[in-house]
Amino acid sequence: MKYTQGQYIIADKTAIAREIYSFTISCPEVAAVACPGQFVHIRAKGYTLRRPISICGIDKEKGTLRIVFEIRGEGTAEIAKLNKGDLIDMLAPLGHGFTVDPSYNKVVLIGGGIGTPPMLPLAKAYGNKAVAISGFRNASAVILQDDFRKTGAEAILCTDDGSAGIHGFVTQPLKELAEKGGIDAVYACGPMPMLKGVAAICKENGIFCQISLEERMACGIGACLGCACRTVRNDEEYFAHVCKDGPVFNAEEVIW
Amino acid sequence: MADLSVKVCGVDFKNPIIPASGVFGYGREYEELFPLSKLGGIATKGTTLHLRTGNIAPRIAETPSGMLNSVGLQNPGIDHFIDTELPYLLTKDLVVLANIAGSTPDECAEVAAKLEDTDVHMIELNISCPNVKQGGAAFGTSCEMAAEVTKKVRAATKKPLVVKLSPNVTSIADIAKSVEAAGADAVSLINTLLGMRIDINTGRPILHNNVGGMSGPAVFPIAVRMVWQVANAVKIPVIGMGGVSSGRDAIELMMAGASAVQVGAAIFTDPYAPVKIVEEMNEWLDSKGIASVKDIIGTVKPWA
Repeated sequence: MKYTQGQYIIADKTAIAREIYSFTISCPEVAAVACPGQFVHIRAKGYTLRRPISICGIDKEKGTLRIVFEIRGEGTAEIAKLNKGDLIDMLAPLGHGFTVDPSYNKVVLIGGGIGTPPMLPLAKAYGNKAVAISGFRNASAVILQDDFRKTGAEAILCTDDGSAGIHGFVTQPLKELAEKGGIDAVYACGPMPMLKGVAAICKENGIFCQISLEERMACGIGACLGCACRTVRNDEEYFAHVCKDGPVFNAEEVIW
Repeated sequence: MADLSVKVCGVDFKNPIIPASGVFGYGREYEELFPLSKLGGIATKGTTLHLRTGNIAPRIAETPSGMLNSVGLQNPGIDHFIDTELPYLLTKDLVVLANIAGSTPDECAEVAAKLEDTDVHMIELNISCPNVKQGGAAFGTSCEMAAEVTKKVRAATKKPLVVKLSPNVTSIADIAKSVEAAGADAVSLINTLLGMRIDINTGRPILHNNVGGMSGPAVFPIAVRMVWQVANAVKIPVIGMGGVSSGRDAIELMMAGASAVQVGAAIFTDPYAPVKIVEEMNEWLDSKGIASVKDIIGTVKPWA
């Protein structure tokens, strides 16, 4: 897998919800090789560790990547200070992405909170074959719903408090879709309890499921072994690494 | 262009910069970014007799001007290293320091013995890993244990033997003298300092191992002090490390007494850091009209 490190111009910056920012970054050589599910490792000025952020959009023609991230701590707050026209230092694209299979006729994309952005490149890849279920705490945290609809995907919105869309968790509409049948694959990114619930529904209904995991990491490229994740490979327990073996794993590999 | 070459225990390095053990794996991931031949050497991921799975995540935490790690010596075992990783590294035109560890002195010696028939250039014996329950730092925090494990490994190998020291001790100079007397050809220091962070919202330590090794720019002054103390205490060469992130830092550590310099956490901030450090050292030496980097080793002029 090919990756590079460099300084790239931020072509656009938008605040899309409270403490959630969208950057469009001009980086033709990265965009040319990036795949859905991969991430970029961003340097935060004054901090030792880079911050891994999932890729939310890949425009190979314009040579741009889009990232959408939330201020989670000091590092992401520092990155959020960057403005349009500033340079952003990225090591990218990194990691093992989602399996996109053109023969699939129906897929379900599930995003929970700030786990929603990496689902958008999949929606673009599958278009109207995709149903994108997104879950948020409340109406003010909702992001990317118009973006999903523009890809041709069906967008289903859930909120924990019912202030927008369906009142409840993403697992509820997933369960209904899974029981109807005809789903070739489910892709998910979000909090661990959500991923666990999604994986259980897929297992019950015999649906192929891939999930994107998050872990504190240092190098981002598989050298330092910091971002360990317990998985099973060839019937043996294996400490995989989120940065290189993931962030996308087949749900059945993960030890929950 | 200054002469950047150095010699440590009779081994020639084209420049003094070596990625430290643990940050750089076995080099493959970084060769995607630059040729490994730009480096003086590589200290490989700490390798044990058998495969180790390491600690449960989270293994990494940010700290002011630094970081904590508690990887716990995850590695594929020495046989895999010898069969797969070492042959690859030996084609890369740089000095290979095989970093080894074990939970008993005999295990360390067994790992060293396995390397005896290989073409590895040097062995770096880790007696200072803070992240494992057995062995690791326990060897490195008493003069007697440090000497015992060094003796056992010395008897198992004729390769140049570098012993990597822990800073989590009362007197690192005393430990250095013990391993010198036990047959070490060089010492490298400092390994990480034991640290801890707590998430005050949950009351839980950030690292699943609770504590971990601290590195990064914050520890640099401690590294300078310890390298200086050890260089004054022993006759064998000192390989310095700890928070080095620029050419100026590397020069400073060499003035304190280091014959070569390892670079760790800085690589996470900037993967090109070791290559840039070599370039910056060269520029600094040229700007001062110093012909060889060897001319600055141990040249600090302490106040009387």
